[in-house]
Amino acid sequence: MHQSADSKNKPENDGEIYHHDEAENLPPHSHHDEETLSEIDVQAYWRANIKVLVVLLSTWAFVSFGCGVLFSDWLDQFHIGGFPLGFWFTQQGTMLCFVAIIFIYHIWMKKIERAHGVDDDDDSVENNAANKTSTEAQS
Amino acid sequence: MSAQTLSFIFVGLSFALYIGIAIWSRVGSTKEFYVAGGGVHPVVNGMATAADWMSAASFLSVAGILAFTGRDGAVYLVGWTGGYVLLALLLAPYLRKFGRFTVPEFIGDRYYSKLARVVAVICLIFISFTYIAGQMRGVGIVFSRFLEVEINTGVVIGMAIVFCYAVLGGMKGITYTQVAQYCVLIFAFMVPAIFMSIMWTDNPIPQFGLGDKLNDGSGLSVLQKLDQVTTELGFNTYTVGTRSTIDSLAIAAALMIGTAGLPHVIVRFFTVPKVSDARKSAGYALAFICIMYTTIPAVAAFSRLNLTESVNEVAYSEAPAWIEKWENTGLIAWKDKNGDGIMQYRPGHAFSPTKPIFTEARGTYGERVISNELTSSANEMYVDRDIMVMANPEIAQLPNWVIALVAAGAVAAALSTAAGLLLVISSSVAHDLMKRTFMPDISDKKELLFARLAAVVAIVIAGWFGINPPAFVAQVVAFAFGMAAASLFPPIVMGIFSKRINRSGAVAGMLIGLSSTLAYIIYFNFIAPEINNPEHWFLGISPTGIGTIGAVLNVIVAVIVSRLTPAPPAQVQDMIDDIRIPAGAGVAHEH
Repeated sequence: MHQSADSKNKPENDGEIYHHDEAENLPPHSHHDEETLSEIDVQAYWRANIKVLVVLLSTWAFVSFGCGVLFSDWLDQFHIGGFPLGFWFTQQGTMLCFVAIIFIYHIWMKKIERAHGVDDDDDSVENNAANKTSTEAQS
Repeated sequence: MSAQTLSFIFVGLSFALYIGIAIWSRVGSTKEFYVAGGGVHPVVNGMATAADWMSAASFLSVAGILAFTGRDGAVYLVGWTGGYVLLALLLAPYLRKFGRFTVPEFIGDRYYSKLARVVAVICLIFISFTYIAGQMRGVGIVFSRFLEVEINTGVVIGMAIVFCYAVLGGMKGITYTQVAQYCVLIFAFMVPAIFMSIMWTDNPIPQFGLGDKLNDGSGLSVLQKLDQVTTELGFNTYTVGTRSTIDSLAIAAALMIGTAGLPHVIVRFFTVPKVSDARKSAGYALAFICIMYTTIPAVAAFSRLNLTESVNEVAYSEAPAWIEKWENTGLIAWKDKNGDGIMQYRPGHAFSPTKPIFTEARGTYGERVISNELTSSANEMYVDRDIMVMANPEIAQLPNWVIALVAAGAVAAALSTAAGLLLVISSSVAHDLMKRTFMPDISDKKELLFARLAAVVAIVIAGWFGINPPAFVAQVVAFAFGMAAASLFPPIVMGIFSKRINRSGAVAGMLIGLSSTLAYIIYFNFIAPEINNPEHWFLGISPTGIGTIGAVLNVIVAVIVSRLTPAPPAQVQDMIDDIRIPAGAGVAHEH
């Protein structure tokens, strides 16, 4: 389950070391997590997230350590736009792949989050309200 | 107008712009000072991150490193840019959801330990000061080369400018000046690159020009010509690598993990409104960086060709004007070893020590006389790697305003990085040390005052390092990345993806990772520099790449110690659950 802002302010067993004393700095997470998210959804979401990470980080490792270093020399027998392919990867190709990986990650995760109902699309509306409530409560 | 007058005007105008932004973006709360209120648009943040991260060294030196090392140098490009993938996939979204102000704050809260927080602050301060010393020096050097003022005066001017917008505007001021600085530096880098590409290949896009055929009718491509020239003179062939595979892998990994662990880059992702914005923003940041980083190899190749063609086997008396100009600033030196009046440019160092020690005298042909001992190498030239970017406008015979533009761009690159580093130092001291560790009861106003005071002190210390640079500035860059890789990155990632890693494990891991990496770098750079070669390295890994081993040790120790000690308390496990879910990160600027 998720902590509400209130439970964070309570003194804790470990309180001496683990401070949560800046009420005004607390991220206003969120009453709505607990209302709308089921534990099953959250777990399914996390598994899907890990799968995305495994796929994309393998691609990342393949491109950077593989194409960029390990079989870079072997790739030189092929050519792309006047470059030996392996050389092109070390000078430009890996970097372009990195940019692509991050944007694919962004789009893919957005899709998964919408499917599991954990996306942050409506955060701005939701939390303005939440924020106001918490400010009022303090004053 | 002369290039120098124009440089003064361009640099002056850019400073006026930065100070204007500083006054417009004054801040009144710690939230604005630390994370710009948390309302920065992802594209804006991407641009600011790019400027934050691209330093004076990126702007001036990387093209030079690549020009002289060819394929071997590219491992730096791969390493530095690849780090953003780790940052975007493993850190940025979760730390944004965590929703606090600093990196040590996450480590302190996640590992419910003041000790962990303080260790993280120490790592952060060490990394940031290492980095910032080079930036302040860079500002001074740019001033002295383009504007012909004393290096120290340049450092002081740089300190004053950073003081204005970092102390007044905090993260908010820094963010918007960094956007302006990105625009200045990318324009300044691209214009000469495009002209050079046209000059050699008629192709206006440098990235494509690098793979194109030369326009001299020889039918050779740029790369074939480079290979031919370098091989003929006895250099390593430009497109063939010489570094061992294991060392290349270790260096690439250390730079990637190190980049992802750099605190001044991580905190930039605390400033966007939502978790998904943090991911998007990392993508934009890397895209903006890659505009410059994919141009660098082209600049490197064209300037290597330029240099060889205009220097080698050319009589000194007939050399182009820029050679004499840069000789006067000490970046080029020539010693006529064989007395033929012709410059021979060959592999190896021309003299010892490597950097020229000039006397006041002039030689037979009007060249500056040096007092170094000569080596047996046939090489007669000393060429500083920074010249590859700085001399480009003159080599390509571009108008004076382009030279002025490059000066403004180099200053922008150095200032933007220095400001970002100063901010993480001041926020860690004010927030993590004062507020969260020693004086938990201070008010927001008082904390803000501490943050500003800490920024002032940090600027003064950085300036002092800039004026009295430690003799080992070149080697310490390896420290910054190695330490970030071995100390900060592993506990953050494990803190997000494992609920089992606890306080004892994290602290033990950080200490082992940090001390082993430091010991290795110090041993090979300072205690026994004479055996700093592949035969003596551990597994053939150079000090630059050892951060990878440090990070692995950190993880192993953290896992073992955590297994032997109790699991983290329930509140911490709940916190981990919470940061894994994007929803509900909150819009911070609504306070």
